[in-house]
Amino acid sequence: MKTIKRHGASIALLLPSIVVLAIFVYGFIGVNLSISLTDEQGLNAESNFVGLDNYFALLDDPRFHIDVWNTLVFSVAFIFCSLFLGLGLAILIDQKIRAEGFFRSIYLLPMAVSFIVTGVVWRWLMNPAEGSRMSGLNLLFDTLGLDFLINQWHLTPTWGMLGIALPAIWQMSGYTMALFLAGLRSIPEEVKEAARTDGASEFVIYLRIILPMIRPVALSAIVILGHISLKVFDLIIAIAGKQLSLDVPAIYMWQTTFDAYNFARGATLATYILVSVAIFVIPYLIVTSRKERA
Amino acid sequence: MTTQLTRRPPIQPKRMVVKTLQYSLLVFFLAFFLIPIYVVLVTSLKPLDQVSLQTMWDLPTGIDIANYVLAWEKLGPSIGNSFYLVIPAALLAALLGSLNGYVLSKWKFPGSELIFTLILFGMFIPYQAILIPLVQTVRELGLYGGIPGLILVHVIYGLPIMTLIFRNYYLSVPDELIEAALVDGSGIFKTYWLIIFPISIPAFIVGIIWEFTSIWNDFLFAVVLTSADAWPVTVALNNIAGSQIVQWNVQMAGAVLASLPTILVYIFLGKYFLRGMLAGSLKG
Repeated sequence: MKTIKRHGASIALLLPSIVVLAIFVYGFIGVNLSISLTDEQGLNAESNFVGLDNYFALLDDPRFHIDVWNTLVFSVAFIFCSLFLGLGLAILIDQKIRAEGFFRSIYLLPMAVSFIVTGVVWRWLMNPAEGSRMSGLNLLFDTLGLDFLINQWHLTPTWGMLGIALPAIWQMSGYTMALFLAGLRSIPEEVKEAARTDGASEFVIYLRIILPMIRPVALSAIVILGHISLKVFDLIIAIAGKQLSLDVPAIYMWQTTFDAYNFARGATLATYILVSVAIFVIPYLIVTSRKERA
Repeated sequence: MTTQLTRRPPIQPKRMVVKTLQYSLLVFFLAFFLIPIYVVLVTSLKPLDQVSLQTMWDLPTGIDIANYVLAWEKLGPSIGNSFYLVIPAALLAALLGSLNGYVLSKWKFPGSELIFTLILFGMFIPYQAILIPLVQTVRELGLYGGIPGLILVHVIYGLPIMTLIFRNYYLSVPDELIEAALVDGSGIFKTYWLIIFPISIPAFIVGIIWEFTSIWNDFLFAVVLTSADAWPVTVALNNIAGSQIVQWNVQMAGAVLASLPTILVYIFLGKYFLRGMLAGSLKG
């Protein structure tokens, strides 16, 4: 196609998308940044430049401290469990089992529903009521004699986000499994055969050969899960509404902007979210694009 | 996890143990994934006189669709809104993504790779980072509150992933096909329409399914951009969740109704669903 010099037509065809995305992605990120440097409140036009004041103010804000802690607890639990459950399930599915398609489809099913539906259902499963009002998973544990598992779920002090992580793991570990399974299936059978001929046990084959080969998949999975966990929002809203103990930056941003009309603080929170995601995603993008070029 | 991996073919009894362990684990996780679905279905089918949190794990004594009738009364209009939103948005986003992908794979120009990367960046951003200017802009366009504004927003933010899916698909289409059309005197758009569009059906299925699912399940854009009469089903369902007025059996029936379209897509078009998911794993 190099012979064709008529670049004009192709640029013209692309132009609407380029213009729209230039405005709605890059332009808006810029506008958001500039709002975060002012004291803009609500819809009245009066606003002054205040530099990085909003950024420093949030660092001293007790609510933001709760947000950071909650995001940290959620991210670590969610990423760690989804990753290991996903990998375990993928290895399990890959053992030439019967009805593989059935197990795989059920494990992956939660991906088809929204975080809102997941939240609406799990808020009933994780009902923390005690005594005669006990229900949900606590009631199931009680009936099965597994009393030691009965807990306060997302209403547990300090560690409540672990209760939010559970439905998130339920929803995303099947997806993580699919990622790993695609990775496992791309390893040629000869590699395993060769190792078996050399007398290596299956365990050693996985540990020494297969796991190192699917390390890139694990990296993508961590980035994808991290991306989700840093902006977790609708799942918490559906499970618990807006509670201070389960607050995260995305909820704070939403409330302060659209309920309290504190646009400047909302924009600052949005920038913090953007930066935290960028820390995750940009190194990954650089690594993958370098690999593609190599 | 280690025991079932240390299998050596010649020892049969050990193999039996390993297999038993494997299937036990598979069934255990089956229960983990199915328990919430069991609760939802069982609860949504219980007659109203069996509404009790204490018996939530019991099977219903009979099947009663009263909850579904009530849930439909609450959510019917918003399910209609969701369809009215999702169908045009998914089709438009896929069509534009297809044109972009076509240009970026077959009509490359100096700088087109850079433009592709810049377009792609749009799918990695957390939408909070553009939310405030977005709401202001949608207001200024006079589209705030209704579904057309939400369609516009979903089409725009769907462009990066759609462009990616179609570009990757067209990379596997041989250049000779297009050169032949050009020799016949077709221009860039006519070539697209006559040659490329007809062979794009698989990519369109993947793209439209992806957009359908992610727009149907979206909450953030819907909750900040629409007013009550235009709410899609995610917002309407969240609004009755945990409410004391709407009984929880009805909420469960509502959860089923709200997820039925995407679950049906998953069941019948699972292969394409997965393909889109693996391609678009970083959206939003």
